[in-house]
Amino acid sequence: MAIAKVMLVDDEVPFVETMTKRLSKRDLHIVSAFSGQEALERLDKTRNIEVVILDVKMPGMDGIEALKEIKKSHPLVEVVMLTAYATVETAIEGMKLGAFDYLMKPCDIEVLLSKVEEATAKKRKHEDKIIEARMKEITSRRI
Amino acid sequence: MNMERTGFKTNSYYRSLTRNMFLIITIVSVIPLILVSSIILYQFHTSYQEKVHAHLEELVQKHKQNIDSFLKDKLSGIQFLGKTFNFEELNDEAFLQDILKTLQEEYDPVFVDLGVINTYGLQVAYAGPFKLGMALYGTADWFQNAMKTEYFISDVFLGLRGLPHFIIAVRESWMGEFWILRATIDFVAFNNLVENIRIGETGFAFILNKEGNFQTKPLVDIVSSKAPYMDFLNTEPGSKDKIHVVEKTDQSGNENIYVSAFLKDGDWLLVYQQRVTDAFSNFNNALIVTLAIILLGGLGIVTTAYILSRQMVSRIAGSDKEKEMMNEQIVESGKLASVGELAAGIAHEINNPVAIMVEEAGWIEDLLEEEEFQEGQNLDEFSRALNQIRAQGRRCKEITQKLLSFARKTDSRVQDIQANDLIEEVVALSAQRAKYSNVTVNTDLQGNLPTLRMSQTELQQVLLNLINNALDAMEKSGGVINISSKLEGESIVIEVADNGPGIPEANLFRIFDPFFTTKPVGKGTGLGLSICYGIINKLGGKLEVKSALGQGSTFYVRIPLPEKKEGEDEGPPAGSDSH
Repeated sequence: MAIAKVMLVDDEVPFVETMTKRLSKRDLHIVSAFSGQEALERLDKTRNIEVVILDVKMPGMDGIEALKEIKKSHPLVEVVMLTAYATVETAIEGMKLGAFDYLMKPCDIEVLLSKVEEATAKKRKHEDKIIEARMKEITSRRI
Repeated sequence: MNMERTGFKTNSYYRSLTRNMFLIITIVSVIPLILVSSIILYQFHTSYQEKVHAHLEELVQKHKQNIDSFLKDKLSGIQFLGKTFNFEELNDEAFLQDILKTLQEEYDPVFVDLGVINTYGLQVAYAGPFKLGMALYGTADWFQNAMKTEYFISDVFLGLRGLPHFIIAVRESWMGEFWILRATIDFVAFNNLVENIRIGETGFAFILNKEGNFQTKPLVDIVSSKAPYMDFLNTEPGSKDKIHVVEKTDQSGNENIYVSAFLKDGDWLLVYQQRVTDAFSNFNNALIVTLAIILLGGLGIVTTAYILSRQMVSRIAGSDKEKEMMNEQIVESGKLASVGELAAGIAHEINNPVAIMVEEAGWIEDLLEEEEFQEGQNLDEFSRALNQIRAQGRRCKEITQKLLSFARKTDSRVQDIQANDLIEEVVALSAQRAKYSNVTVNTDLQGNLPTLRMSQTELQQVLLNLINNALDAMEKSGGVINISSKLEGESIVIEVADNGPGIPEANLFRIFDPFFTTKPVGKGTGLGLSICYGIINKLGGKLEVKSALGQGSTFYVRIPLPEKKEGEDEGPPAGSDSH
């Protein structure tokens, strides 16, 4: 079983491809997308994606817009912003909009991995809490 | 384009500006001065002339009356004698002598002699100093005239005695025949009446008869010709009581003022003559003083206008120069900003390929860990090369990051900053330059400094400026720069000390002035320290300097800590990526 189900979104195709290989080797289930629009479509089709690694600067729909849409339709999915140094401000803005954290390109694979793990943990914790709450609701109804 | 225009301001531009200002100031101040002065002078001249004329008129009028009354007086005396005594009584020379004596006692001794002349012109009796008894006057003009009227006053003539005199004759009748009582008036006494009229240096009076002969002794040297006076005699026959004032130029070119009045029922003309320059000497003196004042004032105005316009234009030239430098500075900073943007773009674009390269290297490394490669001969070489690629990739990243942090100069957002981090960043930036200048940069930073609230780039700019200045100062000799930070009361003090040549005391007060620079033209704008001063001042801090020649300079940057507010704790600091 994979550590987490992750979607990698970046317009740099070689980057995504290499990253997919490296992260898959580290027991992550990777779904890749090369634009904001594609990411949203894939997110709708694919079930159980837990973390989205989202590049900030992309042609067409950029990272911030994509983040807003993701948070709208999939509020529980955690998003890690991926940024070049020049767009740190945008990444911080993204965090204000609900992103989990941001990473700088080129990033160390270990750092990325640990961030993804944290994000997954957070997401799972959220989900657990929601399930717990539902169970409570159901049990309380029985009583 | 503004730059170009100011750049073309040559010397001739300033020269024509100076000339225009000079001319305008001069014209605007001198013309009213001249207008006012000439109007006042003209008015004054007119009224002064009227005054002088009136005065002379009065003078001549008075003397005319004097002379007329003198003549009338003498005439009435003789008339009285003629009426009182008859021909026979007066025919007695002894009696006549008595009368003459009485006359001379009663009147001034103006009566020289008395004579009684019968109808044929024979002087039958005579009393006086001359031996004129039995003189025959039958053919004399005065006798002819005297026989026609009751009385007659003759013109001045030499007569039998050869001395100038004139005669008062009274006609009386005795036994059906006319006889004449004649008295001679002393010329000197009469002449005094007129000669006493003397005003100024050239003013004098004289009397002319109808033929234009002098009846008094004029100042011969002045009156050279009778011609001008003939005009008065001829042109004014009707108005006997009027006094005429005329200004005329005589033959020798002198302008004279003539005042004339008729005497003796129009027989004689009293003329007063004076040079105009003499009559108006007071006015002329005032005129000279006024002209001198106008001249001096004009000179003063011209001098002031000259100096003022020179000063103004040199000011303008100075401010033009400053503006030009400012423009250059703006262009420079504009260039810097665009270079910064360019750098940011490039850094961003480079970051992506570098990231891919590093990832690819990582992927190869991942693959190498698989068993089948573990026995490969060149495994060590592979991993060394991959490590090298990773290391160089990281180096690229660091360079682009530095480039970006420097390029983002326009960022003036106020944020919490750690002074020490910033100092280290700036020192790292200047490390390369310091190395070339043979300068060692030491830092002595106090740990755990509270954060400051200000623009990061502004503090960066201040520190970079101070370090660059120190490096400039020690460029040739090399040296040491010590940078320290510490908490002092409620502010953080950053010291930038060098052991360079130091700043001369004379310059010490001016180094924060805008545009003050000791660097050669084109090298420094002289704005660096003044901008630093402005930045620190704006924060309520202080930028101070201590320096001595040969002992280096120390700049103190004192920045007050932000006032503490509850719960003001911002999220993770910007550089939270771990490396």
